[in-house]
Amino acid sequence: MVGILEDKDRIFLNLYGFQDWSLEAAKKRGAWNATPDMIALGRDWITAQIKNSGLRGRGGAGFGTGLKWTFMPKEVKEGKPHYLVVNADESEPGTCKDREIMRHDPHLLIEGCLLASFAMQAHTCFVYIRGEYVREREVLEAAVKEAYAAKLIGKDNIHGWDFDLVVHHGAGAYICGEETALLESLEGKKGQPRLKPPFPAGAGVYGCPTTVNNVESIAVVGTILRRGADWFAGFGRPNNTGTKLMCISGHVNTPCNVEEAMSIPLKQLLEEHCGGVRGGWGNLKAIIPGGSSVPMIPAEQCETALMDFDSLRELRSGLGTAAVIVMDQSTDLVRAIARIAYFYKHESCGQCTPCREGTGWMWRVMERMARGDADPKEIDMLLEVTTQVEGHTICALGDAAAWPIQGLFRHFRPEVEARIASYRSGRPHVQGATLVAAE
Amino acid sequence: MSVRRLAQVQPDSFAFSAETRSLADWWIAKYPEGRQASAVIPILWLVQKQEGWVSEPAIRTIAALLGMPVIRVFEVATFYTMFQLEPVGTKALIQVCGTTPCMLRGAGELMDVCKKKIGDKDHLSADGNFTWQEVECLGACVNAPMAQINDYYYEDLTAETMTQIIDDFAAGKAPKPGSYAGRHTSEPAGGAKTLGDPALYDGSLGEPIKSLPNTPAPEKAQEGAAS
Repeated sequence: MVGILEDKDRIFLNLYGFQDWSLEAAKKRGAWNATPDMIALGRDWITAQIKNSGLRGRGGAGFGTGLKWTFMPKEVKEGKPHYLVVNADESEPGTCKDREIMRHDPHLLIEGCLLASFAMQAHTCFVYIRGEYVREREVLEAAVKEAYAAKLIGKDNIHGWDFDLVVHHGAGAYICGEETALLESLEGKKGQPRLKPPFPAGAGVYGCPTTVNNVESIAVVGTILRRGADWFAGFGRPNNTGTKLMCISGHVNTPCNVEEAMSIPLKQLLEEHCGGVRGGWGNLKAIIPGGSSVPMIPAEQCETALMDFDSLRELRSGLGTAAVIVMDQSTDLVRAIARIAYFYKHESCGQCTPCREGTGWMWRVMERMARGDADPKEIDMLLEVTTQVEGHTICALGDAAAWPIQGLFRHFRPEVEARIASYRSGRPHVQGATLVAAE
Repeated sequence: MSVRRLAQVQPDSFAFSAETRSLADWWIAKYPEGRQASAVIPILWLVQKQEGWVSEPAIRTIAALLGMPVIRVFEVATFYTMFQLEPVGTKALIQVCGTTPCMLRGAGELMDVCKKKIGDKDHLSADGNFTWQEVECLGACVNAPMAQINDYYYEDLTAETMTQIIDDFAAGKAPKPGSYAGRHTSEPAGGAKTLGDPALYDGSLGEPIKSLPNTPAPEKAQEGAAS
């Protein structure tokens, strides 16, 4: 057996699309099984089960899903319907898990949408899917149509809870993965995050109470209720429970998506599921364990790291979306991080000055450092700038732009210094470097 | 942030095709009464499907359709990078993902091929058939390097397969999307190592469940249902 999780305990049984995604086949795999019974047990029961399962949001922040649901108002006010919005704007570099759910197991998602909406007294759910996922949207739309035709959702459905599912799409903006930017975009505006409070549970889409959840967080709900909160909570360490889709990209022999138990050792994940690091474990240089926003960890820390929230936080990184980007010894780490800095510069929405100006500034300096064309003193200046962006913006994009750079210098500062020294040794008079940086 | 402007040369007018218009109405009907502005992104995309790009007259027409100020639609069209603000290749718009996970696995080589065969990035090729761009993460990182060509994803590419795909588009063929390394989707190359248990697919999981786990005692359950 590879990994920790056994096949019988997997939730996404059609992860790779070898089976049919359609309703009939999905039902044979257990989707929509006993859903009316769950509804009959009431919304408090559903929320309690999700709380007890220990499910933490799968979109990166890791906030307790059941707890988030309880933030919704207890009573539905006249003219203020409740909404569930599913965040399918998957664009964190390294992450490609929600895509597989939508194109291969869409019925698990639709079932989860119904259950979560019922638990929060919402009659409408919007799924906001990134615009580039054209194929995924086609499948999801077709699956939604099937569910309507089978009276699983819609008016007067067999579950006794009127429920509409609306598939919406974006048009290529990473920032729309931030929940309030997503709501703005859903309303037909630029995707610029809102100031909080008010939080979406108070005033979300169209000013109505709204909860935004990640695709994976919602798609696991049905199976958790079917198999029991304690079953789900049995995987992983306390506070880090459940199974999780992990995406492993970069310098491994066989990059892949896989559903694994939380807290699986990072090394085991790579060795058993991904054919190991290209050129062997000794060839490993660093890993970004949770999508481009989290700081990298060097090879020696990868020996003991576990794929969960707490273990990676202790290493001053994060689980994020469990998107593992592996970099071997051949990698130019400075250039790799400079490219990530470009990504954030490109995706900054431009609303907050520290982020709009800072991401561009950090990218330009990183580009020079990748060449070595910099002053060693600029390293500290760059780190100082990252702290001026971090925590000084409405949303977390500023933080996400700062952390990869901080992670690079935390572990590989001598490498950058050596590059600068070698560049300068060939050019005795380096002038104007700081001027370029401040342009 | 990226600064984007409308094209210098604009057509005189724009009109919805019958198909685009009916799809636009379908989108508008998805949202609550008075919230038709929500459909602006899907409709801009439909217009782009129809025309190949988004022109200024199109922006005005959409604003009129949705009852939005023109500036709001203009804002949306320039904010979202999927909207092409000038004409692109009629045979293929090739968007190579250049973000770090793809970069680590050779996105640079794909871009070299594009440059050689098509020309500079973000420019319409001389024959008007191709445009290629470097875009940010497309969310198919375990199938890196990859490119979105027109609507679909072409994955696990190499310089050779990229060359072949461009040649095929040039010849008027429609190359198949998906993996070009023989993978089905995102399973490890060489075959899936998990999900092989036949019991998962024999229908046993679809059989009725007698009683859900953690079900409260019957009288309590009724209370829950009534709440």
